[in-house]
Amino acid sequence: MIVFLLFLIPLIGGLVSFLIRDGKAVRIWTLFVSIVLLGVSLAANNFVADPAQLSFNAQWLGTLGSSFSMKLDGLSKLLCLLTAVAYPIIFIATWKSSYTRPNNFFGLMLLTQAGLMGVFTATDALLFYFFWELALIPVYFLCSGWGGEKRISVTFKFFIYTFTASVVMLIGLVYLYFQTPDRSFSMESFYALNLDASTQSWVFWILFLAFAVKMPVFPFHTWQPDTYEQSPTAVTMVLSGIMVKMGIFGVIRWVLPIVPVGAYAWGDLVMSFSIAGIIYASIIAIQQDDLKRLIAYSSIAHIGLMAATLFAETRSGFQGVMIQMFNHGVNIIGLWIVVELIERQFGTRKLSQLGGIAQKAPVLATLLVIVAFANISLPLTNAFVGEFLMFNGIWNSAVTEYRIVFTALAGLSIILAAVYTLNMIQKVFFGPENDITSKGVDIRLNEKLALSGIVLLILVFGIYPQPLLNLTSGFVESLLTKINVANLIVN
Amino acid sequence: MNALIFSALSGVIMMYSGFVFKSNKAIRTLAHILLALVIVANLMELKGIAIFEVDTKGMLYFDKFALLFMLIANFCTLAFFILSSKDMERVGRSYSEYFALLFFIIAGIAIASSFKSLLMLFLGIEIISIPLYILTGTDKLNLKSNEASLKYFLLGAFSTGLMLMGIALVYGATGSFITSEMVVNPQFEVLLVIGMMLLLFSMAFKVSAAPFHFWTPDVYDGAPTVFTSFMSTIVKAAGFIAFLRLFDDVFSGIRPEWKILVAFITAITLFIGNITAVFQQSVKRMLAYSSISQAGFMMLAVYALNSDAKEGLLLYAAAYSIATIGIFAVLIKMKDYTFDGFNGLARQQPLIAATLVVFLLSLAGIPLTAGFLSKFYMLKATINAGGILLAIFAVLMAAVSVYYYFRLIQSMYFKEGNPIAIDISTEFRFTLVALAGVTILLGLFPNLITHWLYF
Repeated sequence: MIVFLLFLIPLIGGLVSFLIRDGKAVRIWTLFVSIVLLGVSLAANNFVADPAQLSFNAQWLGTLGSSFSMKLDGLSKLLCLLTAVAYPIIFIATWKSSYTRPNNFFGLMLLTQAGLMGVFTATDALLFYFFWELALIPVYFLCSGWGGEKRISVTFKFFIYTFTASVVMLIGLVYLYFQTPDRSFSMESFYALNLDASTQSWVFWILFLAFAVKMPVFPFHTWQPDTYEQSPTAVTMVLSGIMVKMGIFGVIRWVLPIVPVGAYAWGDLVMSFSIAGIIYASIIAIQQDDLKRLIAYSSIAHIGLMAATLFAETRSGFQGVMIQMFNHGVNIIGLWIVVELIERQFGTRKLSQLGGIAQKAPVLATLLVIVAFANISLPLTNAFVGEFLMFNGIWNSAVTEYRIVFTALAGLSIILAAVYTLNMIQKVFFGPENDITSKGVDIRLNEKLALSGIVLLILVFGIYPQPLLNLTSGFVESLLTKINVANLIVN
Repeated sequence: MNALIFSALSGVIMMYSGFVFKSNKAIRTLAHILLALVIVANLMELKGIAIFEVDTKGMLYFDKFALLFMLIANFCTLAFFILSSKDMERVGRSYSEYFALLFFIIAGIAIASSFKSLLMLFLGIEIISIPLYILTGTDKLNLKSNEASLKYFLLGAFSTGLMLMGIALVYGATGSFITSEMVVNPQFEVLLVIGMMLLLFSMAFKVSAAPFHFWTPDVYDGAPTVFTSFMSTIVKAAGFIAFLRLFDDVFSGIRPEWKILVAFITAITLFIGNITAVFQQSVKRMLAYSSISQAGFMMLAVYALNSDAKEGLLLYAAAYSIATIGIFAVLIKMKDYTFDGFNGLARQQPLIAATLVVFLLSLAGIPLTAGFLSKFYMLKATINAGGILLAIFAVLMAAVSVYYYFRLIQSMYFKEGNPIAIDISTEFRFTLVALAGVTILLGLFPNLITHWLYF
């Protein structure tokens, strides 16, 4: 039942938000809803042991073989927690941003959250598809309505790109439905399928395409930098912090266990593309002058590493991806907060026009440096744990013959990340002041609060990642059993 | 049968009501009441209560499928009456005759969706078509309307000729007009194949499937917009019901090869409809091409011919008709029919813009709307019939359709302007919201429609 609340609270909260005309009141309301949801999510993760409470089943579309069923397992607990943590931080960090028609803005934000919660918990393929699209529609309106100058065409590209890929996925899901003996869309029936290798190899692409676009994996990434740049910052945070995780989540839940042979057969190709994407995106990030685009490309690189690790199919790799999904979400939201602060104070995001902010805003500088270290995954930051596990995973991979090459090339990403991140810090915060930056002041209370929250998460999970590992270790074991790597290699 | 007789009688009554009532309001009210009676008769018949019995000698067979479709069509017509009947006043002076012709079309729909004899199919299609030729030309002083009417009539007559020829050949091959009594004489199988092809082409013409669609954009664009709304929705859906019934009853067991032909027609209908719609600047023409592309999706039901296809086609008919009637009803109120004419509608009329978004999302097939589930049924039926490549092609084309449907959303929400010319009544608003509600409700619970087929 509690899992249904995770979906219901933001849904109702969002619908109510549309009715609150007063700008201040709607902010307070949405913050309240998101904090309540965080409480529910924490409670679900820590205090609810009864499995009946963690799943929800209701009759729905019975004639089509689908039911309204949701479940919280390790993977969904983690991502629901990320979604629940991210929203209050986003709302606090953007507390002072002003929007026209704030009731619509915040209503759509909460509806997006409801969609995300649905995606992460659905255990019925058709229901999953419903939520998958439903998370997209409010984002379309958010980006087109409140974004930058070129928002309409950019968002349109993003929408059509992802929509095309997801309708193809729908065909795959319907095809799988007809293969199940009991004609059902439930996840268990899909997992029980044992398709032959040639079928798996094309079904893999039909399903994987939607997730590859969402992540995005090179070469399907072209929508991403533009969309991140043009969206309002609060939405960019949702997109990059949480929504891209839908892609990785999708692969873990709906690709690897269902078509393991297909994933094995195409694993090398996907890994090659992912790793090519890491290097490509990192090099572009080094050359960016716009802060938003720099972070967008850095995100492609980080996601690329996660995608590559998924197809290495090792215990430590999966474990690394799990906690890195959470950590990447936290870190990138931290980076966006800094960008938002800089843009609002100085009216520019260009590295070439900034400099010397450290003297003006020492608190901001300190906090940013910590977030930036996490972006390079320095030890003692949360990202280090995840990346270490992932590299370990690729290195020990039993399913690819090129594991050494892949590890070495992916390892370049750490160096390249250091180059663009440190370059960014240096250009923005140090060096001489100029006309634009000399009038800067330090950050306000709400921003301090949001950023310190993020820094706290970075340090806590950097030093003591055990809670996150515990949350997902059970799930990783069951995933490995389902994929059964040893069996794959023999065949 | 009762609904059929009631609607035919209603047509006659409306024809003479112009002599009795002088005010348009009285005529309108009378039409609403008569349609409500037709719906009641229809509903009673569906529940097994007949006011009177008529022996049709097996030529018509009112099964649940036919009755349910008639009910959907009548409900959509009622929605159309409530939303747009006031706008018919602006077309011309023969107000009561328009209603009479619409009632005759409803009678034709009843025949075409319940035929058991090919003669009845012909009769039904003709009773639908002839009033449509007239309605297309009702804007007498408008050259485009006259051209559309003549074009529609000439091409329509030609395709009716093909149909008659096809029926004759099928009769020659099987020795019967009644679909359930046909026995193929192997000696004359070639006649059956040719007859089937002629029937396929003429039905494809009636539902504007490519490559027989060329009349559609001109006719839909030239006809007065109120009537375009009716003919591109309910009439088109009725054509598909007849199409499905014909092929399901007569040809499903006989020839598997014709499926290739249907798949081909489906694919090019989807392709031409969607690709051409992308380039339109006028919303009315866009909706004309969108009706072709939606026809492509409905063709999937004719391709699949299984129980999913039947249920899905009913749902599709409802989803598509409701959404398109809603969009047309707003379009009629506009002073400018281009996409730019809709600029700023969300600022001026937030409620109406929101309902249009629901309709457009439904047409594009986004989940939570009836449009998604009806497309889903079609895809499911197609994949079940083995046409997975056709299904993939169809969804890719559905993704293309997002382009032109969302363009309208962009105009309404993200651009500035002052679009509405005619003031909008509370009743109109209420009906639109109700239709949007039905669209979402059917998107969540399609069983609200499909369970009538079985219970």
